[in-house]
Amino acid sequence: MSAYTRRRPPIAPPPGPPMKTGRGRRSSPMTWRWGDRLALAFAWSAGIGLCLIAAAIVGYMGYRGVQYLRPGLLFDRPTLSTTQSGSGGFLDPLIGTALLTAIGVLLAVPLAVGGALWIAEYGRPTWLARVVESSIEMVAGTPDIVIALFGLSIFQLGLFAPFSFKASGGGVFGKSFIAAGAMMSLIALPPLFTATRDGLQAVPEHMREAAFALGKTRIATIRRVLLPSVSSNIATGVTLGVSRIIGDTAIVVLLLGETLRLDPQGSAPGIGLLRGTGSTLTSYVYANSPAGEGGAPEKAYAAAFVLLVFVLGLNLLVDRIGRSQADSTGLTVAGAVV
Amino acid sequence: VLERLRNPWPDHRAERTLGAVSSLVCVLVVAMVVFVGIHAWPTFQHNGLSWLGSGTDLGRQIADQQNTTQHPPPSAYHLRAWPVIYGTLLTTGVAVVMALAISVFSSIFIVELAPARLRRLAIPVIRLLASVPSVIYGLIGILVLVPFVGNELITSAEKNSVQNVVELTGAGLGVTVVILTVMITPIMVALICEALVSVPSSWREGAIALGVNPLRAVLAVTVRAARPAIVAAAVLATARALGGAIMISMVSGSRAFSPKPIDGLVFLFEPLRTLASGIVDYHEGIGAPALGATLYAFALLLLFSAFVLSIAGYLIKLPLRRYQVRG
Repeated sequence: MSAYTRRRPPIAPPPGPPMKTGRGRRSSPMTWRWGDRLALAFAWSAGIGLCLIAAAIVGYMGYRGVQYLRPGLLFDRPTLSTTQSGSGGFLDPLIGTALLTAIGVLLAVPLAVGGALWIAEYGRPTWLARVVESSIEMVAGTPDIVIALFGLSIFQLGLFAPFSFKASGGGVFGKSFIAAGAMMSLIALPPLFTATRDGLQAVPEHMREAAFALGKTRIATIRRVLLPSVSSNIATGVTLGVSRIIGDTAIVVLLLGETLRLDPQGSAPGIGLLRGTGSTLTSYVYANSPAGEGGAPEKAYAAAFVLLVFVLGLNLLVDRIGRSQADSTGLTVAGAVV
Repeated sequence: VLERLRNPWPDHRAERTLGAVSSLVCVLVVAMVVFVGIHAWPTFQHNGLSWLGSGTDLGRQIADQQNTTQHPPPSAYHLRAWPVIYGTLLTTGVAVVMALAISVFSSIFIVELAPARLRRLAIPVIRLLASVPSVIYGLIGILVLVPFVGNELITSAEKNSVQNVVELTGAGLGVTVVILTVMITPIMVALICEALVSVPSSWREGAIALGVNPLRAVLAVTVRAARPAIVAAAVLATARALGGAIMISMVSGSRAFSPKPIDGLVFLFEPLRTLASGIVDYHEGIGAPALGATLYAFALLLLFSAFVLSIAGYLIKLPLRRYQVRG
């Protein structure tokens, strides 16, 4: 015992003049080689340049948004008009965005959370678990335009005809809120799955062991212990998924049709809306830009500003909920770039 | 009865249900390949693999396909898709190379060089850039950059020089590549920063103690150790760039034209079309069977590249897993 507590005798300072301490001969960039100096300058300018680009984008969109956004635009329905002042607002696209987000999240949550629970807690035929994980990675890597075409091809089948918009002649277009929402759930699936799985893997093993020791079955442990403790991870995943969904354009353009107004199919109020076509903020921006036929850049700027505000809000929300789950740099949450 | 209410799911049934839910994802992926493949089949049936080659004027060919009847003759499927494939390779390749250089150095800046206050500012900014929807990038491109390039950067002499071949409006390769680079850089920065942070700092400090200057130590030790993660980030960014449909369709000029490097500076202003933006441009004509098959063939090619990239990313990250470095 005493061997550990005994103090060592102080080491005698070396003879001669005391060593320089503090800011002595530190390597200053002025003494570096030219190549290194160039690399240093490039690193600084790349980092600061990225920040400036982001500031320019937000600043420009904010400027245009303040310039063109009128409160009335948020509550007006789009109308067909040749002039920009007569073409109404974007109430319908706002409703469309909300509706698509709701459908997408409702479909994605059971799939993603169920999958994550199975992978993390059971995953018994190991090969199947590996196949499931890699297929989710493949869904994550698939371009949204391909997912949109896939949606078009399955919802044009006669089997799914009741879910989508029909022409008067009986032809199935495969375009509806249900079709677009179902494909949106594929966009939201990977971040939601990864967030939940990482959360489950971070739950300490002794919590499960304690639950088993109390006689709980696996599924009871999942319901009473694990799901409550990963609820904030699921919330982060949902937020990430929502920000993917509201930013996606390709699926909306292909699967929701070109009508800017909500165009219900059939007379039943709720179902008709879901089976009908419409628009979202993204497709509204696209249609009103010179690329679409609208040609109303003021409306496009205003809608894009609202969209950007939503995205910023979701970003802050992820920050708030997911701070504890963020990786070491705070740049990625659950393996997804937010 | 009370017992059943309190514990409605026996364990084995829960396991099977959750397993079935998970397998649904695999079924979806298989269904995606099968459906896209079935719809693309007529194209490959009539063209074979020479579909990938060059030859006919793609723009006119697609316009012809748009006008075919419900039961087109086999000749209607004739198409050579090289211009769009070339456009895809060109935009993706240039954008990924530029983004790779920018993102490696800006990650070094964020992780090693920046003062703490600047770093706290840069991280939310990068995350913001990564989450801006592509349609907003497209809007800024088509309303700000394209007119600027068209009016200020292209001289009328340059416009006249290619007058008979293609019209230069400003929308084209240059603007597309710039916006694509801005779109994919933040993703790469985020992933590379993660990798750089996870390399033990003692390795770099060791190099500095040997007398190397700090920047060279980062480049020679930290970046080299994180190399697989950097390549993996580039692979992921390539997948994103391949699928950038809406933005490219807005700013690329949307003409099935192959920009030619021989044209000198004008090369940067020449319009093009990629696989993904072609689908967006022609989606209204998908009802015509011949055109539909062509678009699904574009999608199949994209899907195939995405799968290859996904597998490549997995293989690249294998050595990282072995060293317990997160990537």
